[in-house]
Parts: sequence; structure tokens; C-alpha cells
Amino acid sequence: MSEPVVLKYNVDGENFTSAGEASVAVKKSLRQMGFPPEAIRRVSIAMYEGEINMVIHADGGEATVNVYPDKIEIILADKGPGIADISLAMQEGYSTAPDNIRSLGFGAGMGLPNMKRYTDDMRIESEVGVGTTVYMTVNV
Amino acid sequence: MKISKIKKLLDAKVICCEHLLETEVNSACGSDMMSDVLAFVKDNAVLLTGLVNPQVIRTAEMMDIKCIVFVRGKEPTENVIELAQSMEIAILTTDERMYVACGKLYMNGLEGGSVITS
Ligand SMILES: Nc1ncnc2c1ncn2[C@@H]1O[C@H](COP(=O)(O)OP(=O)(O)OP(=O)(O)O)[C@@H](O)[C@H]1O
Ligand SMILES: [Mg+2]
Repeated sequence: MSEPVVLKYNVDGENFTSAGEASVAVKKSLRQMGFPPEAIRRVSIAMYEGEINMVIHADGGEATVNVYPDKIEIILADKGPGIADISLAMQEGYSTAPDNIRSLGFGAGMGLPNMKRYTDDMRIESEVGVGTTVYMTVNV
Repeated sequence: MKISKIKKLLDAKVICCEHLLETEVNSACGSDMMSDVLAFVKDNAVLLTGLVNPQVIRTAEMMDIKCIVFVRGKEPTENVIELAQSMEIAILTTDERMYVACGKLYMNGLEGGSVITS
């Protein structure tokens, strides 16, 4: 398999205003590389949900995107509080987001289910008190 | 439906990207929760929302949405307008409330899209 193009971003957890910038940058890069719009949209939405989660639930983290000709891998790693019950977190409507986050338009408990829907593979590794890493793959 | 018709039906003001007014949209989504918007799949949609932060613009960009209507007379700040301009997303603002704004567009033939369920 050929070497991937690797895109890396620091996701700032202090500043909600900038949340989503890494996903916007990835979308732009994938467009320039000429990927089909539908694949780009799936990657963008899944990464955006994960990026926002890192900002609102985990004080930021690091995003890595490995771009292969036939698939795109997204890895989102944070050192936040971790997720105690992953299958509960995956349920539609489950959210621990406080009211101030809801008033910004997040906290419907739809992010993780959306990430699963839009990707071909998704895996969460998480340890309470240590952090969370989300691995997603979209086949082109 | 053309964005110019949405402007007319909602008596809306164009905040930016006036050059997109003749662009066609095929469906609409009204929500104040961004993940609800992101669960929505239709192509060429218009987004109606009462929120005016930068994430609304980025959410639209992720979905390839070309037009956002701010309801209840909400006015975006300059940095939000600049973000929309850089992404070529038309912004309209109307005094109508969400329910009425959506109802007017629906009555005039603009359908809701579908949501992916599995
Ligand atoms: N990176 C993370 N670190 C710690 N907890 C997380 C992380 N991502 C998700 N969670 C937990 O899982 C829950 C569900 O996440 P999900 O993205 O589905 O919903 P949400 O972020 O609360 O709301 P929405 O995504 O609809 O705006 C969150 O409320 C939070 O408790
Ligand atoms: Mg979320």
C-alpha cells in the first residue's frame, strides 16, 4: 500500500470560536486532491463531530488524517476525562453537555451516532481519567 | 426554489453573498442543534436557524449548504459574516420566527429532506 498523505492539527480546547477549523482545513485539502464530493462530505461531517467533541468534552486534542487513494483514516486523540460507558455514549440522544453548550447548538447526543453513520468503520478507545481516541475510516 | 424566492417569501435581508441569489436549493432544514443538521442528508439544502455563531457557518460548510437563513431577526457579527463570505455561503436574515419561516417555505413547495436512520 502506498504511503498516505498525513494531515495533522492541534485542536484548541480553550477557544470554542475556533472549534471546527481543522475539519474545514481537511475539507479544503481533500477538495484540492480531487476526491469525490460525497466521500469528502462524509469525512468532513464525521471529523467535525469528533473535533467538536474534543473541544466541548475533552479540552481539545490532536487530529490526524491519513489520506490514501482509496480510503481516508481520521484519528482524534485527547487527554480528556474519558468515556466510562461507550455503548451508552453511542446512543442517540445521550449527552452530558451542560446548558451553556446546548445554547451554542451542541449537546443533542447525535454526534457519535452521526460519526458511525457517515463512516465505514469506527472504533473508540477510552480510559476514564486518561483520555479518548476515536479511529474512523471512510472508503472512497 | 431560488434563494431570491426565499428572500421574497420571508421578506428577508441579504447579509452576504448576494451573487448566490439565483442559486437553486432543493430542500430545507430548520434546527438550532447542529448535530441534527449534520444527520440530514439532502443535497442543496437551505438551513434555517436561530443560532448565529461561527459553528453554524462551519456546519453548513461541512454539509455543502449554500444558504443560511437566520430567523427572529438575528444579526451575525462581522467575524461570522467574513467566515460565510470566505466559504461562499449566502446569509439571509428574517424577522419571522422559525415555525412561521419554515411553514412559508414548505407551503410554497420547498420540501424537507430525509435523515439517515441506520
Ligand atoms: N472526546 C470525548 N471525551 C469525553 N467524553 C466524550 C467525548 N466524546 C463524547 N463524549 C461523551 O459522549 C456523549 C455523547 O457524545 P455525542 O457526540 O454523541 O453527543 P454530544 O456531543 O453530547 O451532543 P452533539 O454531538 O449532538 O452536539 C457526550 O455527551 C460525552 O458525555
Ligand atoms: Mg458531540
